Amino acid sequence: SARAVMAAGGRSWFRALALGVSFLKCLLIPAYYSTDFEVHRNWLAITHNLPLSQWYYEATSEWTLDYPPFFAWFEYALSHVAKYFDPKMLVIENLNYTSRATIFFQRFSVICTDILFIYAVRECCRCVNGKRAAKDILEKPTFILAVLLLWNFGLLIVDHIHFQYNGFLFGLMLLSVARLCQKRYLEGAFVFAVLLHFKHIYMYVAPAYGIYLLRSYCFTANNADGSLKWRSFSLLHITLLGLIVCLVSALSLGPFIVLGQLPQVISRLFPFKRGLCHAYWAPNFWALYNAMDKALTILGLKCNFLDPTKIPKASMTGGLVQEFQHTVLPSVTPLATLICTFISILPSVFCLWFKPQGPRGFLQCLVLCALSSFMFGWHVHEKAILLAILPLSLLSVQRAKDAGIYLILTTTGHFSLFPLLFTSPELPIKILLMLLFTVYSFSSLKSLFRRERPLLNWPETLYLIQLVPLEIFCEIIFPLTSWKRHFPFVPLLLTSVYCALGVTYAWLKLYVSVLTERIPARQKAE
Amino acid sequence: MEKWSLMTLTVLLALTVRWTVSLGSYSGAGKPPLYGDYEAQRHWQEVTYNLPIRQWYFNTSDNNLLYWGLDYPPLTAYHSFLCAYIAKLINPDWIALHTSRGYESQPHKLFMRTTVFVADLLVYIPAVILYCFSLKETSTKKKASIWGVSSALCILLYPGLILIDHGHFQYPLSLGFALWGVLCLSYDWDLWGSVAFCLALNYKQMELYHSLPFFCYLLGKCFKKGLKGKGLVLLIKIAGTVVVSFAVCWLPFCTDMAQIMQVLRRLFPIDRGLFEACMFSSPPPCSKLANIWCSLSVLIKIKNVISPQTQLKISFAVTFLSLLPACIKLTVHPSLRGFKFALVSCALSFFLFSFQVHEKSILLVSVPVCLIINEIPFMATWFLLVSTFSMLPLLLKDGLLLPYAVTTLSFLSVCTASFSILEKTSAEDLQLKPFSLSLRGYVSWLKSFPKIVRSLFLLSVTLMGLLSLASAALSPPQRLPDLFPVAVSLVSCLHFLLFWVYFNIVILWDSKNSRSQKKTS
Repeated sequence: SARAVMAAGGRSWFRALALGVSFLKCLLIPAYYSTDFEVHRNWLAITHNLPLSQWYYEATSEWTLDYPPFFAWFEYALSHVAKYFDPKMLVIENLNYTSRATIFFQRFSVICTDILFIYAVRECCRCVNGKRAAKDILEKPTFILAVLLLWNFGLLIVDHIHFQYNGFLFGLMLLSVARLCQKRYLEGAFVFAVLLHFKHIYMYVAPAYGIYLLRSYCFTANNADGSLKWRSFSLLHITLLGLIVCLVSALSLGPFIVLGQLPQVISRLFPFKRGLCHAYWAPNFWALYNAMDKALTILGLKCNFLDPTKIPKASMTGGLVQEFQHTVLPSVTPLATLICTFISILPSVFCLWFKPQGPRGFLQCLVLCALSSFMFGWHVHEKAILLAILPLSLLSVQRAKDAGIYLILTTTGHFSLFPLLFTSPELPIKILLMLLFTVYSFSSLKSLFRRERPLLNWPETLYLIQLVPLEIFCEIIFPLTSWKRHFPFVPLLLTSVYCALGVTYAWLKLYVSVLTERIPARQKAE
Repeated sequence: MEKWSLMTLTVLLALTVRWTVSLGSYSGAGKPPLYGDYEAQRHWQEVTYNLPIRQWYFNTSDNNLLYWGLDYPPLTAYHSFLCAYIAKLINPDWIALHTSRGYESQPHKLFMRTTVFVADLLVYIPAVILYCFSLKETSTKKKASIWGVSSALCILLYPGLILIDHGHFQYPLSLGFALWGVLCLSYDWDLWGSVAFCLALNYKQMELYHSLPFFCYLLGKCFKKGLKGKGLVLLIKIAGTVVVSFAVCWLPFCTDMAQIMQVLRRLFPIDRGLFEACMFSSPPPCSKLANIWCSLSVLIKIKNVISPQTQLKISFAVTFLSLLPACIKLTVHPSLRGFKFALVSCALSFFLFSFQVHEKSILLVSVPVCLIINEIPFMATWFLLVSTFSMLPLLLKDGLLLPYAVTTLSFLSVCTASFSILEKTSAEDLQLKPFSLSLRGYVSWLKSFPKIVRSLFLLSVTLMGLLSLASAALSPPQRLPDLFPVAVSLVSCLHFLLFWVYFNIVILWDSKNSRSQKKTS
């Protein structure tokens, strides 16, 4: 809550920002929480009461443990604090148990573990070099970056209202990024390996890490033209890297391999039986694909190209996670999504290999990997957009071009998170917080790059402004109409399709800018 | 960044904090049979919507005045009527006569919270923003643009008002209108200022705390212009405006003298005897209030020593005497700065020395203090912290401990960050220069004055923190069940007395200050 920080000296502004957002998080304690609250309570109970061999078999609750072992250990550690708050939350059979102490403990555990995130943000801010030493503290790139990361709208509502532990996980990711930027490669690799065993969704960005480490750490030198110098390959470095990754994996998965439970763990981690899209479509390529299928179906029925009796009745947006048969377009299999994801990631990885640009290139590749897998992945959650937004913040304060892309991506990505909070007391909070973050990101980046050309052209601006009428229609006008009963999914469909356009556009724009970028001569010589 | 976007961010942040606080509990939640202020407001909606206007203030079979009878002026009643009209559209059960008594539900809470939120957004917050924009011209500091923004941030994040309005449950309208009054006066729109203040007064009679400074300032202004020429015209204009605005507010009641008398009797229940009135209007016993009488009664049982009539006389006399210096000074030398300080000191005198007081009345002092936060950031922050702390027993009863702790800490850190208050403790920063000059001959410790003040502040903050912790976490010893509330009220009363002395010193020694002359010219 310390927006107008005037204390000029030292790092006190950072402390004020971190403290302010932590206070805000505390105020959100009584807010609505989703079923993820019960998921984590259940995991606390499982890890507290059962031996290791039962963790991935226990199925009293439908919310079985489906995160990698480190996260289970994390819950195990938390449970030993939880017992002092309310021991009843640690009973496995106490499904959907809540009490004031339980809520307070769970919420507070998220707030406290966010300290890691705050630390990581500080490390990231140190990596960003403020080219122009702005006189006004509010216009320093590091200050803007700190606000964009610490006060990130998505992270706030997903962690502190919806309830999840993304804060410290993203903290680990940003920390590994910061370490790589500081050329402390081994530490970075270690942190990222640990992160992978906390939550496996970060595998999406693993290609960027792998290639960057190989290119910059295992090969110690470049030729004069920037191409790879094969003779500079360091056996020691690759051995060290391999050792770190293997040790971390052994620590995490080893016990389950010994118990012979690895297949069970894997099957819990990758539930491919779920549908192509989440109950609410994440704004990605498949949302557009599904919408196109729907549109073609309706068109086909109107023009009598389709036989109405042959159309499956299942509605995609009925609210359940179910497999869905497309009517006109070919149905999508998990393998197909995997191939699509792989192909879309490939160019960015090639770019990282053949056009090395140091940490900047790595960050670009990281964002592109995250975005590509978000675009084409199987059963993607809308929350996964944060995986692209947070690293892109680092780029946005350094170059006007990236700032423009960032504004489009954050605004649409954050807007697509709105359906996560559907209860009426939280409606003002999500709108206010969204406005707070959006107004800040626009005005700060605009003032940071005020000497360059405008960050957004007019079609982009128009597109973003139209989110306002869309929100008004979805949240206020639509519930008052009679369509609400017959077509309850229309607001969700509109939101996800409209946001999918913006996310796709941002993805393409970033890709084009990365692929067409020419390497400055100075860096070639390195 | 531009000033406008900073101001937008400030407002958005303030709104976010308000709404998150409103997620919490409210006064009297789930506590039959009387509930609390939330139920009072709902009941007024019920009464005003269902009964004809002539019965609003009368005890009838449909309107039991002993159950949260309407005891605020007509504007409150109209406002309740307006809210009831909207409530009726959403769910008629909320305001059904008789059957809706003690109605509580999540949607209804949402509705009530929204009405407060809207009132705040429409009246109080715009006044604060405009006021802070007007600071730009008067401030001589370099970073004038950010100066206004950080003042706005601190004023809007003042925890006392947020907790009482959006937690405990109360509408910020009377304070908002009073603020509009100050705002208009600071732009020299005296007539609009008096209209706004009349609205405030007709929303809540407690605004009488502020009436003397308004009166004296305007009177002084007329004197200054010369009572035979322009001044007289202005005086007549102002008087006319006041009469007309009162008449408009009271129009439906003007048909009958009995109506007016009954409303007045509801507003000022003098015939009940002041001590009982005090007991009645503030549910907690008087001994827990940070008022001078209540604090004294911890030591001496005034009630047993002196008769109620004498109590009334004594409290009246003391209040009058305590008001006198500031008011005379303001009438003789009317200045905007003096006006703001007089608002603080008069409201504080009323709070400390008059009898019929409620804990929440400290807000009437806090809001004027907010207005001078840019002039004396250190003392204002200190006072605002103490005022929030003095309401701790009330807030604890409402289950607002978490919002109290969080908003207070964030307010402290915002003030520290935006005004760096701990470095502004010299006599000059506290506006005590003229006073210290007049003392120089007698007192030798003035050199270490900033250090002493700073350590006093830290001591007081620590004490308040410890007492808050103790009230929240410890259970009091059995022989003294009221130990913590009484300690809280004694500590705050002591603070308020010292603040009262401080503010009066600033006001009375102000004449040599050249800056004030510059502002009024």
